[in-house]
Amino acid sequence: MAEFTLPANSKVGKGTTYKAAPGATRVKEFEVYRWNPDDGKNPVMDTYEVDLDKCGPMVLDAIIKIKNEIDASLTFRRSCREGICGSCAMNIDGTNTLACLKPIDDVKGAIKITPLPHMPVVKDLVPDLNQQYAQLRSIEPWLQADSAPPPDGERLQSKEERAEIDGMWECILCFCCSTSCPSYWWNGDRYLGPAVLLQAYRWIADSRDEATGKRLDALEDPFKLYRCHTIMNCTQTCPKGLNPAKAIGKIKQLMLERQG
Amino acid sequence: MKDVREALMVGRNSEGKLVRRPISPFMIPSDYKLQMSSGSSILHRITGVALGAGTLLFTAWLVCAAAGDGAFSVIQAILGSWFGLLILFGFTLALFYHFCNGIRHLAWDAGKGFELPAMHRNGKLVFASAIILTLAFWVIAFLVG
Repeated sequence: MAEFTLPANSKVGKGTTYKAAPGATRVKEFEVYRWNPDDGKNPVMDTYEVDLDKCGPMVLDAIIKIKNEIDASLTFRRSCREGICGSCAMNIDGTNTLACLKPIDDVKGAIKITPLPHMPVVKDLVPDLNQQYAQLRSIEPWLQADSAPPPDGERLQSKEERAEIDGMWECILCFCCSTSCPSYWWNGDRYLGPAVLLQAYRWIADSRDEATGKRLDALEDPFKLYRCHTIMNCTQTCPKGLNPAKAIGKIKQLMLERQG
Repeated sequence: MKDVREALMVGRNSEGKLVRRPISPFMIPSDYKLQMSSGSSILHRITGVALGAGTLLFTAWLVCAAAGDGAFSVIQAILGSWFGLLILFGFTLALFYHFCNGIRHLAWDAGKGFELPAMHRNGKLVFASAIILTLAFWVIAFLVG
């Protein structure tokens, strides 16, 4: 069901402001979403003033600095700090991206940081991704083939066949795209969302996989695939520059083609 | 939420007690930036609904025309007033926008126009075409009628 407002327990209030140390010259404000399961209160936006002269260039550098030096209770996921693990996916300045790939200088004025949109919040910037992982499992993201592999080596692909899955194997499953999609906000219980559909097509397009018919059967459903209305938020927001909308379009085309 | 995702709206605090989790902010444009792509998609929906209402209006005009001179002169007077013309102008604008963006959707269904530069170019083309077609329609309408 489409809902347009946050429920009462999710409305975001005003939080605390943490001033920069006196003498700081390049001060940037970071407004960060905070929710603590222990205090029984609604979420708030805390404001942290960070001295950019003593901070790395990316938004992730700033929130690590905040956690280290200003407020140790700030909670977020991070690991590789170079855009390959997908942990630090969050909404920065109104679009989803990886904090480690987002330069602070890209944003004029205060930088607003919230968790990935329309998600259950575990704490602060950490969303619960269990729904997305369950949906990924449902498309069986592994190679399926009835024929035996050659006894003396791997299943081979031509260069052209290998090129078919370019733009899909690079997906790091950060779910920036799925959580940017209004259709996924409102139908995410049954619509699989762009990230999972991109993975579905990654296996459909793989020349070594022999389960294409079964995979398409599983997606033939009014919700799983066809809640995509080509809004294109997914492709616009992908921090890896991939194109989930195009992959979904290709699945829709295959559905039509096999009907003859 | 009133679906299976409800199960994830409950978590545990540090003492292991069940707590209700908030849902993170999501609305366009307050929490998620309105972009040309999502804007053109929302407009496609709005104009679709407007066309439904406009078709009812067109049906009303036909019914009045069939009912006789009295009813017909009333509906003509309403639609001929500045307010009626404004509504008709909006109806044609919605029609041309929905038509042009519908062609864009047909191209997407044929697997074309997904790359971001093409998507932005075609979106602007749809906005421009809808405005030009609407203005051309009304210029011709006033010249002829």
